[in-house]
Amino acid sequence: MPPRSSGKAGSSPPRAGGTRRRPHRLLGLTGRLELWQFAGISGLVFAGLLALWWLATSSGWVGPLFLPSPLSVWRRLVELAASGQLWQDAEISLYRILAGFLIASVLAIPVGVLIGCYRFWEAAIEPLVDFIRYMPVVAFVPLTILWSGTGDTQKFLIIWIGTFFQQVLLIMDNVKRVPWDFIDIGRTLELPERRILARIVVPSALPGIWDSLRISLGWAWTWLVLAELVAATSGLGYRITVAQRFFQTDTIVGYILVLGCFGLVTDQAMKAIGRRLFHYVEVRR
Amino acid sequence: MIPKLAIHGLSKTFRQKQHSLLALDAIDLSLAENEFVSLVGTSGCGKSTLLSIVAGLQEFDEGEVLVDGAPIAGPGRDRGVVFQSYTLFPWLSAQKNVEFALSAAGMSARQCREAAREHLALVGLERFADAYPSQLSGGMKQRVAIARALSYRPKLLLMDEPFGALDALTRHHMQELLTGVWESHRLTVLFITHDVEEAVYLSDRVMVMSNQPGRIKAVVPVELARPRPYDITTTADFLAVHRQVLTSIREESIKIAQLGAA
Repeated sequence: MPPRSSGKAGSSPPRAGGTRRRPHRLLGLTGRLELWQFAGISGLVFAGLLALWWLATSSGWVGPLFLPSPLSVWRRLVELAASGQLWQDAEISLYRILAGFLIASVLAIPVGVLIGCYRFWEAAIEPLVDFIRYMPVVAFVPLTILWSGTGDTQKFLIIWIGTFFQQVLLIMDNVKRVPWDFIDIGRTLELPERRILARIVVPSALPGIWDSLRISLGWAWTWLVLAELVAATSGLGYRITVAQRFFQTDTIVGYILVLGCFGLVTDQAMKAIGRRLFHYVEVRR
Repeated sequence: MIPKLAIHGLSKTFRQKQHSLLALDAIDLSLAENEFVSLVGTSGCGKSTLLSIVAGLQEFDEGEVLVDGAPIAGPGRDRGVVFQSYTLFPWLSAQKNVEFALSAAGMSARQCREAAREHLALVGLERFADAYPSQLSGGMKQRVAIARALSYRPKLLLMDEPFGALDALTRHHMQELLTGVWESHRLTVLFITHDVEEAVYLSDRVMVMSNQPGRIKAVVPVELARPRPYDITTTADFLAVHRQVLTSIREESIKIAQLGAA
């Protein structure tokens, strides 16, 4: 009988590279993705939806009046861009969102910090904010028109009503998460309260506040378009209403997509700025 | 001579809706200048509450707390505190964290820079001056926190389980570092821990606290020569003190276990 070099099972030498290591799993819990993988996956999802849309329209399954083909939407957008209409509409909407959002944020940050830090102000303001927060913003549209007409002021007002109250509560929460021990360090250094607030509480809460603002920017877009749909003489939302009157479904779909793009771009931009500003924050990725 | 820290008849009760809890009962203790005293006890015995009161961060009901013979009025820069949790500000580098304390103490920008660098060197972290807390290990963070608390020269250093969150090896290293700093710097330290070995290794005296109500149950002097190399922990003298403290503490934990069983 020939001698057996490798006898019992399991006695074979371990392979180089370490077979013990967990295999790289794309779908595993806490699995890691390279940037190109991440971009590839999200790109594929977009491409898939586009293909589905194209299929639904080119096969004649959905009539062009209800859902125009991707190509006709694209052509329409190019046309509107060439004539300058698209840029004009986008510019006025961007101006409104920027101004409205800034007004809301600039007011919400101090109020949120105040009620996050002081129980007295929390008692005075938080229930009230909570109460108003649950009022439907849509119902304020007729009122705001009555108060301030159909100009930019009314758009700012709607954006403010829709975002300010939410922001205040989110920011209050951010401030409440500041560790007590941080504040105690300030106390042992005999810093006056105002300086503890400005030099410890606010910087500590700032990354969270930035995230809250980023999230509320999405809502601001919704409220702006709503306000423009109901009563306006310019803007992306206004163009959608006009297009509806003439059954220009391609314009409507095109503008909705443009709005989606603006949302995506502003959100990613704020994320990128946040990463820059708060580079010191530990992020699990 | 006036003790650096003196506590007389200190009591503190936590009042809740149903019942009140006597957390600290008639605590008397004093720390001489440059003395290192540890307070050990089972969790929940009130040792952290006591430290917090000395720091001026919590109120108390009866008694008095004197630093250099004068009663304390709230927190102050005469008492530096190192917490168990990591309290470095994440938005500041190690250097800037120390400078933050120094500038609060009223130093000029140039003085801040120099003193901060000097104290980071003291804890062996001069090379990490520009690192942010997220780039530092737990032990390094606590070293910066110690540097920060020492930098403005408080009369008393109060440490609340500062190495409690660290792994055993890092903890040993930190203990050696702290004795080194203490031996060269001369400081009055009140140190809270539940680690008996740590308490005995570091201290001139170990105070054992009893549980509910929190009282000083025993005071064990540690008459071991300094400087103390780490292998002192295996000598017979060390082990004798260690056993004495441990026995005293074990009575408390057994008491708690029986209370729980009853």
